[in-house]
Amino acid sequence: MSSDFWIILTACLMSAACGLLGCFLILRKMALIGDAISHAVLPGIAIAFLLSGTRDSLAMMIGATALGLLAVFLIQWLQNSGIQSDASIGIIFTALFAIGVIIISLNARNIDLDLDCVLFGEIAYVQWDTWTANGIDMGPRSVWMLGSALLIILLLLALFYKQFKISAFDPAMAVACGIPVMLFHYLLMGMVSMTSVASFESVGAILVVGMLIIPASTAYLLTDRLGRMLMYSVLTGVVSSIIGYYTAYILNASIAGSIVTVAGILFGIAFVFSPKHGVLIRRLRQRRSQGTAIAE
Amino acid sequence: MWNTIGALILDPNVRWIIVGCMLLGLSSGVIGSFMVLRKQSLIGDALAHAALPGICIAFMLSGVKSTGGFFIGALVAGVLATFGIRWITQYSRIKQDAAMGIILSFFFGVGVLLLTHIQHSGDGGQSGLDKYLFGQAASMMQSDVYVLAGISLLMIVICVALFRLFKLISFDPGFAKGMGLPVAFLEQLLLLLTVIIVVAGIQAVGVVLMSALLITPAIAARFWTDRLHIMVMVSGIFGALSGLIGTLWSGMVSQLPTGPVTVLAATVFFAISALCAPRRGWLAKLWSRKQTKEQWQRQGGISHE
Repeated sequence: MSSDFWIILTACLMSAACGLLGCFLILRKMALIGDAISHAVLPGIAIAFLLSGTRDSLAMMIGATALGLLAVFLIQWLQNSGIQSDASIGIIFTALFAIGVIIISLNARNIDLDLDCVLFGEIAYVQWDTWTANGIDMGPRSVWMLGSALLIILLLLALFYKQFKISAFDPAMAVACGIPVMLFHYLLMGMVSMTSVASFESVGAILVVGMLIIPASTAYLLTDRLGRMLMYSVLTGVVSSIIGYYTAYILNASIAGSIVTVAGILFGIAFVFSPKHGVLIRRLRQRRSQGTAIAE
Repeated sequence: MWNTIGALILDPNVRWIIVGCMLLGLSSGVIGSFMVLRKQSLIGDALAHAALPGICIAFMLSGVKSTGGFFIGALVAGVLATFGIRWITQYSRIKQDAAMGIILSFFFGVGVLLLTHIQHSGDGGQSGLDKYLFGQAASMMQSDVYVLAGISLLMIVICVALFRLFKLISFDPGFAKGMGLPVAFLEQLLLLLTVIIVVAGIQAVGVVLMSALLITPAIAARFWTDRLHIMVMVSGIFGALSGLIGTLWSGMVSQLPTGPVTVLAATVFFAISALCAPRRGWLAKLWSRKQTKEQWQRQGGISHE
């Protein structure tokens, strides 16, 4: 199959997975935890790579996901010991990221892991990095990894939709209802770090953050219902992936960068023109209410 | 080991880099204290990422790699980013953390787009532009250190001159407004200072790790004192020492990048402070809890155990 197809499919799977999780991060006001996790998985990736010697292992996925969870745990721990939340996020993720960069730079000879690639990803190469099982070419590995990540997310969200919803909007009520809020918190964080690991090769650590936060924020401006918000978020992500791919093709530039740029532009459009919460409609409403006030 | 350190310090090139990193640590520690107290510490992270498109556009316009051009480009981009964050939070229902995430990743995405566009267009002069991402203190030259020294001095002078005002807006902006102070202007000035120090630091420690120099020394200093002027000083000292340790250590081991080691040194200072600081540290808290319990038991109180 053509390379365009695989690249766009990878990008769409990634943005769908990120879009779904992003909605919950935005609603729980934890957007920057997503940022922290996506940086913090770097040492996990580096260590797992060093130990196993390949990029292909399930071990790496699990190891790096565990490190993302460790980061969340440490941030929580610092917060509980009285350090303000933004600072505890900043301390933990920069420290873990620094460890990751040091491990990679010290083992530059034995590690076939390019720092640039870790940060921006190289989605253009997905089609050559294929997964072979029993000697049969099964297609690009990233598609499999992201596909299974998306499947797990969909499964968990479908099973526990109500629980996730209540803990997103009203954690206190969720506790009162007997929902194990902490369990769902860590489940969500686990999914975020799993997605970060699965997509670091294709879009890189920093741009995962963009796809987690930007489409979900766009959707947040468009609707007040969680179901629709999830749908719009995925849709915005997929549209940005497709437009972004062709923009990158025209400009001869990074695909991941251009996907996030397009997502940002879509957010800007929603910010101004959203029929519910846009700047324009707010202005109009203000003027109208002023008009009626004067008329009275 | 001491011989190697001695040789490193005697090397004039290394000495410049050490001075540069220490000044950077000092001034970011000072500014960082105010940002941390204003609960805006992560804004440094957003600003550092936002600088990338500014650097790329400056390069596309001028066609040469000049520190001055990059500085102006990054400065403009950083100021735009602060406005962007403010607009999004003011004119929509999106919260500040999400707004920061949006601006950070959008600017960075545009930056990556432009950077790869420049790289693929095959202009020979662009090589090394991506060094700004991870920082390369070793590439700092004497002139860079002069710039850095000038900026740090300016920062410290401004912070000393406006110390009382910055103190007021950090603790009680409402009261400051009531006194008729130009709070919005002062807040913007503090942000501008942050942008300047972040942009100056990117070359040494890189985009991702710059925010650590603003946050970690300041939080470490917070453990030792309740007084702002002492906190600012201690934070500056922690920052400068981290810069020193980072440069020396990375000079001794080959292939060890300066930025991450500096950040780790700052993290170690934080860990030591969190553990051993008097009154606020973990050990001190444990001790005082034990004391209180014993006192309670001596008074004939009922123990739970």
